[in-house]
Amino acid sequence: MLDVRLLTEPFDPNPAIDALSAQTPDAGGIASFVGKVRSGGEVEALELSHYQPLTLPNMRDLAERASERFDLSGLVMLHRVGRMHTGEPIVCVSAAARHRRSAIEAVDFCMDHLKSAAWFWKRELRDGEWHWIEPRTEDHTDLSRWGG
Amino acid sequence: MSEPVRVVYLGKLADIACRDQSRLDVHSGPIGWSDLIHILENQVSQGLGQAVSDNRVKVALNGKILEDRASLEASEGDEVALLPPVSGG
Repeated sequence: MLDVRLLTEPFDPNPAIDALSAQTPDAGGIASFVGKVRSGGEVEALELSHYQPLTLPNMRDLAERASERFDLSGLVMLHRVGRMHTGEPIVCVSAAARHRRSAIEAVDFCMDHLKSAAWFWKRELRDGEWHWIEPRTEDHTDLSRWGG
Repeated sequence: MSEPVRVVYLGKLADIACRDQSRLDVHSGPIGWSDLIHILENQVSQGLGQAVSDNRVKVALNGKILEDRASLEASEGDEVALLPPVSGG
Protein backbone atom coordinates (compact mmCIF):
# COMPACT_ATOMS: atom_id res chain seq x y z
CA MET A 1 0.00 0.00 0.00
CA LEU A 2 1.11 3.53 -0.74
CA ASP A 3 -0.27 6.42 1.34
CA VAL A 4 1.00 9.65 -0.22
CA ARG A 5 -0.59 12.92 0.86
CA LEU A 6 -0.06 16.67 1.06
CA LEU A 7 -1.54 18.11 4.25
CA THR A 8 -2.57 21.69 4.93
CA GLU A 9 -3.19 21.30 8.68
CA PRO A 10 -1.03 20.09 11.61
CA PHE A 11 -0.99 16.30 11.72
CA ASP A 12 -0.17 13.36 13.97
CA PRO A 13 1.96 10.87 11.99
CA ASN A 14 1.19 7.93 14.30
CA PRO A 15 -2.22 6.85 12.92
CA ALA A 16 -0.74 6.58 9.40
CA ILE A 17 2.20 4.51 10.71
CA ASP A 18 -0.18 2.27 12.69
CA ALA A 19 -2.31 1.79 9.56
CA LEU A 20 0.81 0.86 7.57
CA SER A 21 1.71 -1.73 10.20
CA ALA A 22 -1.82 -3.16 10.21
CA GLN A 23 -1.93 -3.42 6.41
CA THR A 24 1.48 -5.04 5.89
CA PRO A 25 1.40 -8.30 7.89
CA ASP A 26 4.17 -9.74 5.68
CA ALA A 27 6.62 -7.01 6.71
CA GLY A 28 9.41 -7.86 9.12
CA GLY A 29 9.99 -4.27 10.08
CA ILE A 30 8.91 -0.68 9.73
CA ALA A 31 11.31 2.29 9.66
CA SER A 32 9.91 5.77 10.18
CA PHE A 33 11.24 9.30 10.05
CA VAL A 34 9.35 12.36 11.22
CA GLY A 35 10.84 15.77 10.44
CA LYS A 36 9.74 18.66 12.66
CA VAL A 37 10.21 22.40 12.83
CA ARG A 38 13.17 22.89 15.17
CA SER A 39 12.60 24.86 18.32
CA GLY A 40 15.15 26.74 20.37
CA GLY A 41 16.67 28.54 17.38
CA GLU A 42 15.81 31.90 15.92
CA VAL A 43 13.19 30.48 13.54
CA GLU A 44 9.69 31.43 14.66
CA ALA A 45 7.76 29.82 11.81
CA LEU A 46 8.26 27.96 8.56
CA GLU A 47 6.13 28.23 5.44
CA LEU A 48 6.12 25.74 2.60
CA SER A 49 4.55 26.52 -0.73
CA HIS A 50 4.00 24.02 -3.52
CA TYR A 51 2.60 23.79 -7.04
CA GLN A 52 -0.36 21.44 -7.05
CA PRO A 53 -0.01 20.05 -10.61
CA LEU A 54 3.60 18.96 -9.97
CA THR A 55 4.19 18.43 -6.26
CA LEU A 56 1.84 15.54 -5.46
CA PRO A 57 2.36 13.61 -8.75
CA ASN A 58 6.12 13.94 -8.17
CA MET A 59 5.75 12.55 -4.61
CA ARG A 60 3.67 9.63 -5.92
CA ASP A 61 6.33 8.89 -8.50
CA LEU A 62 9.03 8.97 -5.80
CA ALA A 63 6.97 6.62 -3.59
CA GLU A 64 6.54 4.16 -6.47
CA ARG A 65 10.27 4.23 -7.29
CA ALA A 66 11.18 3.64 -3.63
CA SER A 67 8.65 0.87 -3.32
CA GLU A 68 10.07 -0.95 -6.33
CA ARG A 69 13.74 -0.28 -5.59
CA PHE A 70 13.59 -1.48 -1.98
CA ASP A 71 10.89 -4.13 -2.51
CA LEU A 72 8.61 -2.56 0.08
CA SER A 73 5.37 -3.98 1.42
CA GLY A 74 4.07 -0.48 2.01
CA LEU A 75 5.07 3.16 2.26
CA VAL A 76 3.63 6.24 3.93
CA MET A 77 4.73 9.67 2.68
CA LEU A 78 3.00 12.65 4.28
CA HIS A 79 4.15 16.24 3.76
CA ARG A 80 2.83 19.47 5.20
CA VAL A 81 2.38 22.66 3.23
CA GLY A 82 1.41 26.08 4.54
CA ARG A 83 2.57 27.74 7.73
CA MET A 84 4.07 25.69 10.56
CA HIS A 85 5.29 26.52 14.04
CA THR A 86 8.09 25.04 16.12
CA GLY A 87 7.57 21.45 17.17
CA GLU A 88 5.05 20.68 14.42
CA PRO A 89 5.71 17.76 12.07
CA ILE A 90 6.68 18.75 8.51
CA VAL A 91 7.13 15.33 6.97
CA CYS A 92 6.62 11.67 7.77
CA VAL A 93 8.09 8.81 5.75
CA SER A 94 7.47 5.29 6.94
CA ALA A 95 8.49 2.15 5.06
CA ALA A 96 7.49 -1.45 5.68
CA ALA A 97 9.67 -4.22 4.27
CA ARG A 98 10.48 -7.87 4.82
CA HIS A 99 13.96 -6.91 5.99
CA ARG A 100 15.33 -4.13 8.17
CA ARG A 101 17.90 -2.66 5.82
CA SER A 102 15.45 -2.17 2.95
CA ALA A 103 13.04 -0.29 5.21
CA ILE A 104 15.75 1.99 6.63
CA GLU A 105 17.32 2.69 3.24
CA ALA A 106 13.95 3.41 1.64
CA VAL A 107 13.25 6.10 4.23
CA ASP A 108 16.70 7.65 3.70
CA PHE A 109 16.20 7.57 -0.09
CA CYS A 110 12.79 9.21 0.13
CA MET A 111 13.99 11.90 2.53
CA ASP A 112 17.01 12.82 0.38
CA HIS A 113 14.72 13.21 -2.63
CA LEU A 114 11.98 15.07 -0.74
CA LYS A 115 14.53 17.49 0.71
CA SER A 116 16.32 18.39 -2.49
CA ALA A 117 14.30 17.34 -5.52
CA ALA A 118 10.63 17.77 -4.58
CA TRP A 119 8.61 20.82 -5.58
CA PHE A 120 8.56 22.74 -2.32
CA TRP A 121 9.68 26.28 -1.63
CA LYS A 122 10.44 27.16 1.97
CA ARG A 123 10.75 30.38 3.87
CA GLU A 124 11.50 31.03 7.51
CA LEU A 125 10.28 33.75 9.82
CA ARG A 126 13.23 35.20 11.75
CA ASP A 127 13.06 38.45 13.72
CA GLY A 128 9.68 39.19 12.18
CA GLU A 129 10.98 38.89 8.59
CA TRP A 130 10.50 36.13 6.04
CA HIS A 131 13.62 34.66 4.40
CA TRP A 132 13.54 32.24 1.46
CA ILE A 133 15.71 29.15 1.88
CA GLU A 134 18.08 28.65 -1.03
CA PRO A 135 19.29 25.30 -2.42
CA ARG A 136 22.36 23.89 -0.65
CA THR A 137 25.34 22.21 -2.28
CA GLU A 138 24.99 19.27 0.16
CA ASP A 139 21.62 18.47 -1.45
CA HIS A 140 23.33 17.40 -4.65
CA THR A 141 25.78 15.24 -2.67
CA ASP A 142 22.86 13.68 -0.77
CA LEU A 143 21.10 12.79 -4.03
CA SER A 144 24.23 11.46 -5.74
CA ARG A 145 24.45 8.73 -3.08
CA TRP A 146 21.53 7.06 -4.86
CA GLY A 147 23.01 7.14 -8.34
CA GLY A 148 21.10 10.04 -9.87
CA MET B 1 -12.89 37.69 -25.87
CA SER B 2 -10.14 35.03 -25.65
CA GLU B 3 -9.18 33.30 -22.41
CA PRO B 4 -6.03 34.81 -20.91
CA VAL B 5 -2.82 32.88 -20.21
CA ARG B 6 -2.38 32.38 -16.49
CA VAL B 7 1.18 32.79 -15.20
CA VAL B 8 1.85 31.30 -11.74
CA TYR B 9 4.82 32.52 -9.67
CA LEU B 10 6.39 30.12 -7.17
CA GLY B 11 8.77 30.74 -4.28
CA LYS B 12 10.53 34.07 -4.23
CA LEU B 13 9.33 34.89 -7.74
CA ALA B 14 5.94 35.60 -6.13
CA ASP B 15 7.64 38.18 -3.89
CA ILE B 16 9.36 39.84 -6.84
CA ALA B 17 6.10 39.84 -8.81
CA CYS B 18 4.20 41.09 -5.72
CA ARG B 19 1.47 38.54 -6.54
CA ASP B 20 0.91 34.79 -6.93
CA GLN B 21 -0.26 34.93 -10.51
CA SER B 22 -1.00 37.15 -13.49
CA ARG B 23 -3.39 36.91 -16.39
CA LEU B 24 -1.96 37.90 -19.74
CA ASP B 25 -4.07 38.45 -22.81
CA VAL B 26 -3.14 36.71 -26.02
CA HIS B 27 -4.81 38.96 -28.61
CA SER B 28 -1.62 39.16 -30.61
CA GLY B 29 -0.98 35.40 -30.76
CA PRO B 30 0.77 32.81 -28.56
CA ILE B 31 3.29 34.03 -25.99
CA GLY B 32 6.84 32.74 -26.50
CA TRP B 33 9.65 32.71 -23.93
CA SER B 34 11.24 36.02 -24.90
CA ASP B 35 7.79 37.68 -25.15
CA LEU B 36 7.05 36.45 -21.64
CA ILE B 37 10.30 37.82 -20.19
CA HIS B 38 9.55 41.17 -21.83
CA ILE B 39 5.96 41.30 -20.52
CA LEU B 40 7.00 40.30 -16.99
CA GLU B 41 9.71 42.94 -16.85
CA ASN B 42 7.70 45.77 -18.38
CA GLN B 43 4.11 45.09 -17.38
CA VAL B 44 4.21 43.09 -14.16
CA SER B 45 7.19 44.06 -12.03
CA GLN B 46 10.59 45.56 -12.69
CA GLY B 47 13.29 42.94 -12.04
CA LEU B 48 10.89 40.02 -12.59
CA GLY B 49 11.97 39.40 -16.18
CA GLN B 50 15.57 39.34 -15.08
CA ALA B 51 14.83 36.99 -12.14
CA VAL B 52 12.95 34.60 -14.42
CA SER B 53 15.80 34.64 -16.95
CA ASP B 54 18.01 32.85 -14.39
CA ASN B 55 18.94 29.53 -16.03
CA ARG B 56 17.88 27.61 -12.93
CA VAL B 57 14.24 28.72 -13.28
CA LYS B 58 12.18 25.92 -14.81
CA VAL B 59 8.94 26.37 -16.69
CA ALA B 60 5.86 24.17 -16.68
CA LEU B 61 3.14 24.49 -19.30
CA ASN B 62 -0.19 23.07 -18.11
CA GLY B 63 1.57 21.07 -15.39
CA LYS B 64 4.35 19.61 -17.57
CA ILE B 65 7.97 20.77 -17.25
CA LEU B 66 9.39 22.01 -20.55
CA GLU B 67 12.72 20.41 -21.42
CA ASP B 68 13.61 23.57 -23.32
CA ARG B 69 11.90 26.63 -21.92
CA ALA B 70 12.77 28.62 -25.05
CA SER B 71 10.24 26.38 -26.84
CA LEU B 72 7.37 27.89 -24.79
CA GLU B 73 4.25 28.78 -26.75
CA ALA B 74 1.43 29.72 -24.44
CA SER B 75 -1.99 30.04 -26.02
CA GLU B 76 -5.36 31.04 -24.63
CA GLY B 77 -6.38 29.21 -21.47
CA ASP B 78 -2.88 27.83 -20.85
CA GLU B 79 -1.20 27.89 -17.44
CA VAL B 80 2.50 28.73 -17.29
CA ALA B 81 4.26 28.08 -13.95
CA LEU B 82 7.62 29.69 -13.20
CA LEU B 83 9.57 27.48 -10.81
CA PRO B 84 12.73 28.75 -9.13
CA PRO B 85 15.19 26.21 -7.65
CA VAL B 86 13.58 24.31 -4.77
CA SER B 87 14.78 25.01 -1.24
CA GLY B 88 17.35 22.77 0.36
CA GLY B 89 16.91 20.64 3.44
